[in-house]
Amino acid sequence: MSERQIQLEVLRYNPETDSAPRFQTYAVPCLNEWVVLDALNYVKENLDPTLSYRWSCHMAVCGSCGMMINGEPKLGCKAFIHEYGDSIRVEPLAHFPIERDLVTVVEDFIAKLASVKPYLIPKEDKPVSAGEFKQTPAELMKFKQYTLCINCMLCYAACPQYGLVPEFVGPAALALAHRYNQDSRDGGRDQRQEVVASDEGVWECSFVGACSEVCPKHVDPAGALQQIKVASTIDWYKEHLMPWVKK
Amino acid sequence: MGEEMSRKPYVREISKTTWFLRQPRYMRYMAREVTCIFIFAYTFLLICALGSLADGPDAFQEFLNSLRSPWGVLFNLAVLVVTAYHSLSWFVVTPQAMPIQRGEEFVPGNIIVNAHYGAWAVVSLIILIWGM
Repeated sequence: MSERQIQLEVLRYNPETDSAPRFQTYAVPCLNEWVVLDALNYVKENLDPTLSYRWSCHMAVCGSCGMMINGEPKLGCKAFIHEYGDSIRVEPLAHFPIERDLVTVVEDFIAKLASVKPYLIPKEDKPVSAGEFKQTPAELMKFKQYTLCINCMLCYAACPQYGLVPEFVGPAALALAHRYNQDSRDGGRDQRQEVVASDEGVWECSFVGACSEVCPKHVDPAGALQQIKVASTIDWYKEHLMPWVKK
Repeated sequence: MGEEMSRKPYVREISKTTWFLRQPRYMRYMAREVTCIFIFAYTFLLICALGSLADGPDAFQEFLNSLRSPWGVLFNLAVLVVTAYHSLSWFVVTPQAMPIQRGEEFVPGNIIVNAHYGAWAVVSLIILIWGM
């Protein structure tokens, strides 16, 4: 297995001693098969145990190790060393406050995610004895891609709108709202619309499309947001021009 | 039980004026957005055309002559190029905004995009023939 030395530049911030973040460079002997997360683990285990970052699964499922790698939002576990030169710059996810080193404050995202009610709200209560809610493969296809979201927040780090207007509900939360709105078993769209179709909801999106470009799971949040805009616009016309037509 | 940790999150400020220089994809987005200035300018030109038409045949002829001046031709050419870029940049993203599902599959995006190109060519052809 080939090995090469890389310079890993990591943005460090210690809230107890630092007034601002600063870069620290580590010389890391890397195997070519490594990902950036492996290099960080090497630093933590061999060079500097004070380095803080989040990670868990190491297989692009948990969504914990999102970070800026050479300025691009990436999962540390999916960014292969061999795709980079000898110097790699690692920073915390953009647009989120830094808690410590590569650890960001994510409360804002969690609150926004909860605000769109990202769970099934059945159209009507059904006793368990009435059996399962059935769904055809075609009905499943309407929303299947959105179920792949792992809440890694790369899309928020890519979205310039979220960076400039922090009130924006943002790509992942709105895409998940769309996922449940599109589900044939769900009847909660009206409850979600108050947040989803508000000024801070889809209408804050100007379709930069960066969210979909960086998504490590190939979800298309940008598409979901535009589809919500189309549906919400149709709602508006129905309500104002054809009030006799039911939604 | 540990004591409450003191927190001092650091917020990185984003420049309101130069943020789009950070990434080529942001610059591509801004290029698309900037095209609307040309669309606005051309809309303004059409309103001027209506105004000159209301002022009588002489005023309208004068307006038409101004369009044939080198600056008029240059402006129209620039608007044509920029508007084409504006339209194409929206054609490309249409499959995301308006996907078409047939049974268990989605119609491939390139078919939707090509349908737009086709419609564009047909409409352009009709206008060209009609205008001749």
